[in-house]
Amino acid sequence: MPWDLKSDRPIYTQLIEQIELKILSGEYPPGARLPSVRDMAQEASVNPNTMQRALSKLEEKGLVVTHRTSGRTITEDTDMIKQVKYELAERQIAEFIEKMQFMGFEKREILTLIAKILEEMK
Amino acid sequence: MRPILECINLKKNFGSNHAVAGINLKVESGRIVGLLGPNGSGKTTIIKLANSLLTPTSGEILIDGKKPGVETKKIVSYLPEKTYLNNWMSIQQIIEFFSDFYSDFNSEKAYDMLKRLNLDPKEKLKNLSKGNKEKVQLILVMSREAKLYLLDEPIGGVDPAARDYILETIISNYNENSTVIISTHLISDIEKILDDVIFIKDGQIVLTSTVDNIRDEKGKSVDALFREVFKC
Repeated sequence: MPWDLKSDRPIYTQLIEQIELKILSGEYPPGARLPSVRDMAQEASVNPNTMQRALSKLEEKGLVVTHRTSGRTITEDTDMIKQVKYELAERQIAEFIEKMQFMGFEKREILTLIAKILEEMK
Repeated sequence: MRPILECINLKKNFGSNHAVAGINLKVESGRIVGLLGPNGSGKTTIIKLANSLLTPTSGEILIDGKKPGVETKKIVSYLPEKTYLNNWMSIQQIIEFFSDFYSDFNSEKAYDMLKRLNLDPKEKLKNLSKGNKEKVQLILVMSREAKLYLLDEPIGGVDPAARDYILETIISNYNENSTVIISTHLISDIEKILDDVIFIKDGQIVLTSTVDNIRDEKGKSVDALFREVFKC
């Protein structure tokens, strides 16, 4: 997945979200070594200090682990990754439901509609 | 920690024109800073003052605590807005020239970057396009291991693809102990790589902030804020 940065939001929060997505999708698998800050910054064409800040936040969350001598790796705690994945899913769904309700759909209608569209996608 | 660049009530007049009208500023090490302002706002004057190409009318400008001069030129790598290289020289000759002149010049780095840009070191400068000449100049400036890089409009004359390369060159060559100050009005192209921005207008600072703070507080890009602040 290429880096996609919007211009109206802080860069480091977008970097956090995108690295999270790379972890959840398996592009960065559990236990995998991350490239150096400089390489990651270059890949995303952002300032290394900004990338550093994003990685520190992910470290605080526990998704990324720093080793004294061998750089950074993705956590091997698959339960934690799963949990973050659910949190993200919940957020996405809540956002979707909010929009649907704004358009005037009832809960039951939303469910039927989702079922119908999923059926059609098969 | 001592700021790498400090301005204390810095003023520069050209006749009755106040090009720099009392600037107080501190820039720390390890930052990439955008010096942003419309045409004629005083960007180039500040950079020239930092290189002792101009002397202040009053006030002070200090590089690593010292007045601009021979000592500070050893630690400052400067990209002027105009080219000053001899057209009859080949790229290779210029690299030798720079490596004789500056003790912190890393020739290996320069050749490496030339290779990546498919520039032939044997080519004479006069045979290069304007954009390629600018690239050579930036390569020379970034091949020094300086404490402070002062880049005056480094991306003005090159195409968007080369712009990306130049920004990449800046990111990959600067290190935690050095500071890069980039003056430009092409903000949307460079804001992703900046830590801090300084907005100047009519020779005065109107805003200093970090890029992420601006986006956080105002919910808009630095480019959008610039257009708002400097609306004609």
